[in-house]
Amino acid sequence: MATRTVTIASSVGLHARPAALFVEAASASGLDVEIAKPGEDPVDATSILGVMALGARHGEEVVLTADGDGADETLDSLVELLSRDLDAE
Amino acid sequence: MAESETPSQTQSETRHGIGVSPGTAYGPVVQVAPPVRPPADEGAVDDEEAALADVRAAFESVAVSLEERATRVDDTAQQILKATALIARDKGLVKAAAKELAAGHGRAHSIANAVETYAAQFEALGGYFAERVADLRDVGSRAVAAVLGVPAPGVPPFTEPSVIVAEDLAPAETATLDRRLVVGIVTEAGGRTSHTAILAAQMGIPAVVQLAGATEIAAGTPIALDGDTGEVTIAPDMELVTAQRERAARRAEALSHLSGPGRTSDGAEVALLANIGGVEDAVAAGAQDLEGVGLFRTEFVYLSATKAPTVEEQTEIYRGVFAPFEGRRVVVRTLDAGADKPLKFADLGPEENPALGRRGLRLSAERPDLLDAQLEALAVAARETGADVRVMAPMVATAEEAAWFARRVRENGLPKAGVMIEVPGAALRAHDVLGEVDFGSLGTNDLAQYTMAADRMQGALSDLLDPWQPGVLDVVGLACEGAARAERPIGVCGESAGDPLLALVLVGLGVSSLSMAPSKVPVVRLALSLHSVAECQALAAAARGARTAIDALTAVREAARTELTDLL
Repeated sequence: MATRTVTIASSVGLHARPAALFVEAASASGLDVEIAKPGEDPVDATSILGVMALGARHGEEVVLTADGDGADETLDSLVELLSRDLDAE
Repeated sequence: MAESETPSQTQSETRHGIGVSPGTAYGPVVQVAPPVRPPADEGAVDDEEAALADVRAAFESVAVSLEERATRVDDTAQQILKATALIARDKGLVKAAAKELAAGHGRAHSIANAVETYAAQFEALGGYFAERVADLRDVGSRAVAAVLGVPAPGVPPFTEPSVIVAEDLAPAETATLDRRLVVGIVTEAGGRTSHTAILAAQMGIPAVVQLAGATEIAAGTPIALDGDTGEVTIAPDMELVTAQRERAARRAEALSHLSGPGRTSDGAEVALLANIGGVEDAVAAGAQDLEGVGLFRTEFVYLSATKAPTVEEQTEIYRGVFAPFEGRRVVVRTLDAGADKPLKFADLGPEENPALGRRGLRLSAERPDLLDAQLEALAVAARETGADVRVMAPMVATAEEAAWFARRVRENGLPKAGVMIEVPGAALRAHDVLGEVDFGSLGTNDLAQYTMAADRMQGALSDLLDPWQPGVLDVVGLACEGAARAERPIGVCGESAGDPLLALVLVGLGVSSLSMAPSKVPVVRLALSLHSVAECQALAAAARGARTAIDALTAVREAARTELTDLL
């Protein structure tokens, strides 16, 4: 199982447009991707409500996990996505 | 509602509401359907599996219709609708609904309960997250409508330029309206300062509120509306529509020749400013021909937060608001909360009369830590952006309060402190109150509410809240006299500043800046350019000499220059 830790760069946190882009990318991978705050229960990364309910704010860390073929590549691209200020683009 | 009604009326009929966003419009009526709630007598389901399939199909149909709408709107609205469609497709929502079905609830209740489970989580998170609750509830209401087989709530799809008619519009509904297709807005409820009024004016869509029986007008009936006079004609004859259109064209022509700072015909400066409530408003207003911001309402920074926003969080927001106004003024109103819009982190408990309770500066006096954090953030953002930032306190009643506020503002390194004049006691003693600060700003909406003892939220009392009430004009006049004696500038930041005739009266009373919805600036600029200060003073005297609000308006309308009144 692949794991990554990343800091949320979006100035408004992981909600609205940033959350929508993240969920779309996670869904497009076709893998079981999960996202969690460190030490908390993970949620399905393809559920926008689950992702928004995490309440991950700007500057907070989240842990991504995925299983299966291409898990590393998928997580790398999701990490890249979360490292940008999506709301400013 | 549309089905149960008679076909389009053929008899022309004119009614009067309150014009809140200028301009004229003509088009067929599109009726906005009210929110749908689960029926109280909905029992448990017999076949859980079939019910779950229905629930799934309901959410899916909502997602499809949202995506379909997203293809027909501009970029900003498109993102909102696409994100909302993702919510409707969320697996978690269906899972939560399945649990509700298993617990013995009916289809509609299961959907509504599932939505509320998430809504509660988002509300607990506060801030930006809590703002999504309205979208989530909208999805829920649409899915409930779909599963019950009744028309979806909100604005139905339409393709021809139309007039939107509703009981009242939710802010999210107004924000996602397609400006190219919505030629006008009419509501049965709402007031001069309701969300519909403010948003319509900001979007430049002509609007009339408080039109009795508006929701009973059959869908498809052509109507004409005048957002200046509040006149709405159902099934108008073409002569009236043509006359209205010609007037609108003449007005547009007259406005196109003017630009730049506000000036009377004899060259006296009257600053033309915008009222704004957030970063998006600031960006939109910053791009327009106006001299700055006369009222930046900061409540949105606090209202949905569960804990006090930090200095850093606030600085970031204020930077975004100030950046478009480098070299121009931005007048910031400090936190204006009270028991009617309580803050989760500074709730002083329920009050019998929130409008008269511990609100505005009175709350800041209880919680000076909140005020200091806000002033510190404002000072940092002001230094970084180069905007001419001035800070004013709401709900100031006495000279001591004004002095206390001014000291705190200066201690935080901000150069200019002012106060809102919205309490009649402060208006009557403006000389003493404004003597403690650098400027004053008349909040005419609240000043009218307190002067006439009429709740702003009470639509039925609209007549008492008419800014033409001679009693209100007298209080404004006395405040201006006090400001002149104290040698302090005084402006107006209520909606009355955006009424061209009333703006002339206010200038005649001694006001030196007018802050309004940005779309109202051009016609006010024109009104000023056609009148001298002496003429404004004569208009003010005519208004104060009248016995009733209607008489005051009529007197000013008759005495103002016809080059202006012909266009209104």
